[in-house]
Amino acid sequence: MKKSVFLGTLAVAGLAAGISAAGTLDDVKARGKVNCGVTEGTLGFSSRNSEGKHEGFDVEFCRALAAAIFDDADAVEYIELSSKNRFTALSAGQADLLYRTTTWTFSRDVDLKTSFVGINYYDGQGFMVPKDLGVTSATELEGATVCIETGTTTELNLADYFRVNGMSYEPLPVGGTSEAKALYEEGACDVYTTDASALAGVRASLKDPSAYIILPEIVSKEPLGPTVRHGDNDWEDVVRWTQNALVAAEELGVTQANVAELAKGTDNPSINRMLGSEGSLCSMLNLESDCFVQAIAATGNYGEIFERTIGESTPIGLARGLNALWTEGGLQYSPPFR
Amino acid sequence: MSDSVAPPKETFRLSMLLYDSRYRGITIQFVVLVLVLLALGWLARNAAVNLAALGKPLRFDFLGDTASYDINQRLIEYTSTDSHGRAVLVGLLNTLLVAFMGCAAATILGVIGGVLRLSSNWLVSRLVALYVEIFRNVPVLLWIFVCMFTLTAIAPAPRAFRGDTPEASMLLWDSMAVTNRGIYIPEPLFSRPLGDLNLGVFNVSIELIVLLAVLAGSLFAMKWNNARANRIQTETGDRPNTMWMNIAIVIIPFLLVLIALGFHIGKPELKGFNFKGGINMSAPLIGLWLGLTLYTTTYIIEAVRSGIQAVSKGQSEAAFALGLRPGRTMSLVILPQALRVIIPQLISQYLNLTKNSSLAVAIGYMDLVSTLGGVTLNQTGREMEAILMLMAIYLTISLTISGTMNWYNNRVKLVER
Repeated sequence: MKKSVFLGTLAVAGLAAGISAAGTLDDVKARGKVNCGVTEGTLGFSSRNSEGKHEGFDVEFCRALAAAIFDDADAVEYIELSSKNRFTALSAGQADLLYRTTTWTFSRDVDLKTSFVGINYYDGQGFMVPKDLGVTSATELEGATVCIETGTTTELNLADYFRVNGMSYEPLPVGGTSEAKALYEEGACDVYTTDASALAGVRASLKDPSAYIILPEIVSKEPLGPTVRHGDNDWEDVVRWTQNALVAAEELGVTQANVAELAKGTDNPSINRMLGSEGSLCSMLNLESDCFVQAIAATGNYGEIFERTIGESTPIGLARGLNALWTEGGLQYSPPFR
Repeated sequence: MSDSVAPPKETFRLSMLLYDSRYRGITIQFVVLVLVLLALGWLARNAAVNLAALGKPLRFDFLGDTASYDINQRLIEYTSTDSHGRAVLVGLLNTLLVAFMGCAAATILGVIGGVLRLSSNWLVSRLVALYVEIFRNVPVLLWIFVCMFTLTAIAPAPRAFRGDTPEASMLLWDSMAVTNRGIYIPEPLFSRPLGDLNLGVFNVSIELIVLLAVLAGSLFAMKWNNARANRIQTETGDRPNTMWMNIAIVIIPFLLVLIALGFHIGKPELKGFNFKGGINMSAPLIGLWLGLTLYTTTYIIEAVRSGIQAVSKGQSEAAFALGLRPGRTMSLVILPQALRVIIPQLISQYLNLTKNSSLAVAIGYMDLVSTLGGVTLNQTGREMEAILMLMAIYLTISLTISGTMNWYNNRVKLVER
């Protein structure tokens, strides 16, 4: 370490330490846990259940990563981060990565010195309104008061959308989802806007979900994905390819139930390479040779995770849509394992 | 005989800096100062170098970039295509607005409360004491939450005003609407406006300048009128009545200008989702204002009470013995002496209120912390620059307030002989 780390009291030192420390993968292995940054509570993506344990779509990806590294899906420390402090927490080394419904944008990727290593959910910004307003399209929202979480890209999209369409609105900025929900239910704002996926979760958690509708307009591209610190390529590879393995597993028909069986060897070379019965892809990542087997065994493939946490059979009730596999008309696509 | 020896001419030698007690103190102070400056410089340089190593050198050019977010409560024109710098200015003005409103309201309530606190009526003084104890001993953030969420939970939503038999109705001859999104009050409008004066950063309406100029002129004339009355009183012993003339001097020119400008009142009206027209005081502004005011008032009550009690009882007894009525006793004898104790405490309460206004971020009022330290910081990722600027701006505001108040204190304090 540089001697400048003496400046420990300043946040600067936290940043400097993050950079000058050994690779994140080594740190994680030494610690025995992955510090995974998740949201403070977005139903379906990451929230605490009645036993106080984290569950949700993003949580499953953290678990898969821990399983790939430690063979133990529970070796995760969940760091709850708000939309405001997530990047600071990441660059200060408090979290090893974010699976925190974070939109991949140019300035975040380039200017904030973070790296986005994949897209686990293709999202877009939507609007939710009470049914009794009689609004059926976002173009009828002239003059409405809009509740919005500050510090998110939705704030910028909202301003752009209303300006481009020549409409005015009153923003009511709020700090977090729970406050926004309270204000929305009391009628302090007409419209609630955020990513459509989170909107479905918020709607499901309102007192009377059927009294609200989500408008058909999707006004922005919100590719959500894991985020790591800039410049640690080994750690980037581990995160990227663990996620890719879950997507590829769905494409190849590898599931939680049959992964142990298939790992013994099949006549499909793609499956064999990924699950380690042919070649040694995992050891190139400095992981155990059965890393992806462990990941899939812990959480199931991408489709299984989706259906279990946010799919149509859950209260969230999201359709696969853009997040279907590329072979089924969606955008989820994994580069080949070879 | 000239055997008196001239005192040896003292020459300055370098060693005297250390061994001569006259210089040693200065030497030590100088060395410490240099060391402290070196340490600060090292810290600053270290931060700059490490930020540069992170790829985030200290730069302020983000202030010129497009902000692309909207602000609901604003005193000057602002759209999402304006720069971050202008968004910061909007936030700064919002901070100053709530600080000014809070200080004014807290001072008025505090003086009234402080006098009531000393009331000989047991019930009144106990009620004020109860209020002071309750509000002073709970964190101000909680009071802000209480005020904000009470307003949004109790006041009707704008849609309750709609329909043939609305659930809620407007107040004061349909000129004011209290909703859970804010309070809409009538705005002054001019049918023969004079336009705006562009001051570079923002516009000032010329009507306002004209009205202020007329008022200033009237006050000047009133002063002249009072001076004339004083002169007549010293010459003849009779003081002419100045009240009616003073009222006429202030009101008549003001009314004439208002009529000339075509003054009328613009009422808020329900259009679409919200009220349009009128002046909108948003719910967060009101919640923050009430919370800060109710909290700071308690301290001002105590300051006023202690100030009045610090004036010995003999003073008011002497004034009564001279035949002064209680009101004049208060304004001529007690308050001038009490101010000596009250004003220094008022200064620190004004500073506290201004600094506490940064809690606005908790309820979505777009003050300086919410714009510069909130959205702008988040969208540009310039933490160091934003925080440094925030600190510098708050420091400037605080020093200005305490400077002004100290100047006032020096003017009103007792001249001691």
